[in-house]
Amino acid sequence: MWATLSLESRFESIEIAERALADLFVEVGLGGDEEYWILTAVREAIANAIRHGHHGRPDESVRVDYRVEAGSVSITVVDQGEGFDPAVIPDPRDAENLLKPCGRGIFYMRRFMDEVIFRHGAGGGTMVCMSRKLTQRPIKE
Amino acid sequence: MKQQIRDADDVRIISLSGKITIGAGDVMLRELINESLESGHTKLLLDLGNITTIDSSGIGEMVASYTSAKNRGAELKLVNLSKKINDILQVTQLITVFDVFDNEAEAVQSFG
Repeated sequence: MWATLSLESRFESIEIAERALADLFVEVGLGGDEEYWILTAVREAIANAIRHGHHGRPDESVRVDYRVEAGSVSITVVDQGEGFDPAVIPDPRDAENLLKPCGRGIFYMRRFMDEVIFRHGAGGGTMVCMSRKLTQRPIKE
Repeated sequence: MKQQIRDADDVRIISLSGKITIGAGDVMLRELINESLESGHTKLLLDLGNITTIDSSGIGEMVASYTSAKNRGAELKLVNLSKKINDILQVTQLITVFDVFDNEAEAVQSFG
């Protein structure tokens, strides 16, 4: 099962993307904690695209692809921003970062998904590819 | 996000429900804490029992609120964390920053 979304670059779009993935999980018979943490990672990827990729410019778009296959879910989020170097993102758990109000989004994504890869999108911007093995097996694929 | 505010003795209890997420709940949380601090409350208890989702912006606002309170000589504590919010505080190691309580009476008493 798969779905593709093209979203306006505004925070309200995160709710649409979350609903779409939750619906997909229901359709394939998945739910529970696993779904919750995957949705959390998706929220962070899209929020980063809107806030850091597009700097809040609502005329840009965020493309989201979901694919639920045998025992795994993969998600791609693409923005049209300038891109960034994920290697320079500090660990929010370090003492000097612990009380900072931001800088935890990518940490969430890496924590709640098995694999998170950042690439340059074909038309510029950032492409985030995330995947996670599912302990529950989908009823449909 | 929805909120309910009441005072127990000199402790301001802010009960939140729904989502603390980017662009909505996070802004509301900031405003609620700032209003409480500006009105002179120095003992703030955040009841998160009915929060369903908190993203990194929501967690960030909680940290900013904690810092704002501390800088003004006030205290911000947490009560009624769901397992998921507790998990988030554990993985981000913010559990070492916040005073967290399982029930309101114990939390109110802790302010002294």
